[in-house]
Amino acid sequence: MKFESTEYALWRRRTPAAELLRWLAWLLAVLLFVLCWEAMTANQIWAFVWDAPRQAGDLFSRMVPPRWSYLDQLWRPLWDTINIATLGTGLGLIIAAPVGFLAARNTSPNALLIRPLALLMIVTSRSVNSLIWALLLVTILGPGLLAGVIAIALRSIGFIGKLLYEAIEEIDLKPVEAVRATGASPLQVLDYGIVPQILPAFAGIALFRWDINIRESTVLGLVGAGGIGLQLKASVDTLAWPRVTLIFLLILATVLISEWISAAVRQRLI
Amino acid sequence: MIADPRLRWALLLGGLLYLVLGILSLEVNWSRAAEGWERGLRFFGGFLQLDVGRRWGAIQQGLLESLTMTVTATATGILLSLPVGLGAARNLSPAPLYLLCRALIAVSRSLQEIIVAILFVAMVGFGPLAGFLTLSFATIGFLAKLLAEDIEDINEAQAEAVRATGASWWQVLNYGIQPQVMPRLIGLSLYRLDINFRESAVIGIVGAGGVGATLNTALDRYEYGTAAVILLLIIAIVLVTEYSSSWVRRWVR
Repeated sequence: MKFESTEYALWRRRTPAAELLRWLAWLLAVLLFVLCWEAMTANQIWAFVWDAPRQAGDLFSRMVPPRWSYLDQLWRPLWDTINIATLGTGLGLIIAAPVGFLAARNTSPNALLIRPLALLMIVTSRSVNSLIWALLLVTILGPGLLAGVIAIALRSIGFIGKLLYEAIEEIDLKPVEAVRATGASPLQVLDYGIVPQILPAFAGIALFRWDINIRESTVLGLVGAGGIGLQLKASVDTLAWPRVTLIFLLILATVLISEWISAAVRQRLI
Repeated sequence: MIADPRLRWALLLGGLLYLVLGILSLEVNWSRAAEGWERGLRFFGGFLQLDVGRRWGAIQQGLLESLTMTVTATATGILLSLPVGLGAARNLSPAPLYLLCRALIAVSRSLQEIIVAILFVAMVGFGPLAGFLTLSFATIGFLAKLLAEDIEDINEAQAEAVRATGASWWQVLNYGIQPQVMPRLIGLSLYRLDINFRESAVIGIVGAGGVGATLNTALDRYEYGTAAVILLLIIAIVLVTEYSSSWVRRWVR
């Protein structure tokens, strides 16, 4: 090391090699972005886009004021929407609870066959959006609330199952051991040793998912699965924008209220 | 959990009453549902005889749109959510700016992707550009909120130390705050990339481009083999993005 030179070394956060690597990474990222942008907009008709501000203004002027008189026809679909979310959450809970136990490492009866199967169920349910589930079920079952309920349930299984099995894997083993030491059967161990420990978590997960499901069930009608989304689709398709605004406002209010209910109940439970 | 037995029974009874009312209002068309078994079997048959050939061009186009939409929207969303997130952090920005940014975040979070997509399709027309705008907008609400909360939670001592050296606002940001929030920001961005792909498979239903539109068409034509291929591809891509992003997140932390 020589310090006699008048130029002292400037402090650097990174070594030159690391710096170079970072620049390269950034370059690649920008390149990827540009390529994706080019591929995405290859068929874009830009005239529509330059027209967008005018279209937006036009849309806005059509959307206000909302047609308040339409509200009378929305109560029934809203009730249906809440039913879809609630019944769907219930059905999802019933199916997800055993799946969670089968997927948790410490309660699964068979780590080689049953656990991977349960995990596969959870993964499949989680990767498919509830709207896609609804799309499938509507073609199979026909349009209606039932398709919506089952779609919500199918989507909820993965969410609830995943959080539940993570909660089960984190339980305290001492009470389980104590129950087992009394000579309890495996089901009794489950009932007295494990279930009381995860019940609060289970309730929290259920409420959380119910809240999300209310949000998702409002748009299920777009693919024919019942609820207020049906009215939304009908209004959008007929370009009845004042009605669309009213439906948006109602959805927003419903979502906010459900969020508030779920937060309030969760606070009292936990 | 509920001490008063009367309240407990009332709640139970109310729950049962609701269950009955709710199930009664389902109005199931049983004959149509019975037909569903046969259709359902045909759908599962679709998984056994995957039909890749016939609509491969459309599937490819849809997937390409979904993927490019996801990448561009995530990048744009991150860039836009940085200033919004800074503005929404109480310890960095003045009150009016704070309220403005918080309001923007609240709007973006409370509107669902599919509803935003309907509006953007009405403005810029059908196609992936509407989807790109939708996902970018949704990303802002998600990332900016979490970034702002992260900035509010930082260790003030480090920022103070940098400020004490006479650093400018930018330098405080760069040396005092950024290193503290960076690992989580990267993790959240990757997580959002995941979410954006899942959403990009859906918003095609209202005309915002992507593989959702292809799936919708396939199901409308009762082409179960094609629908099964698309579903399997979506699940596969979601799994790949989820596992690779969780891997990168662990590596960053």
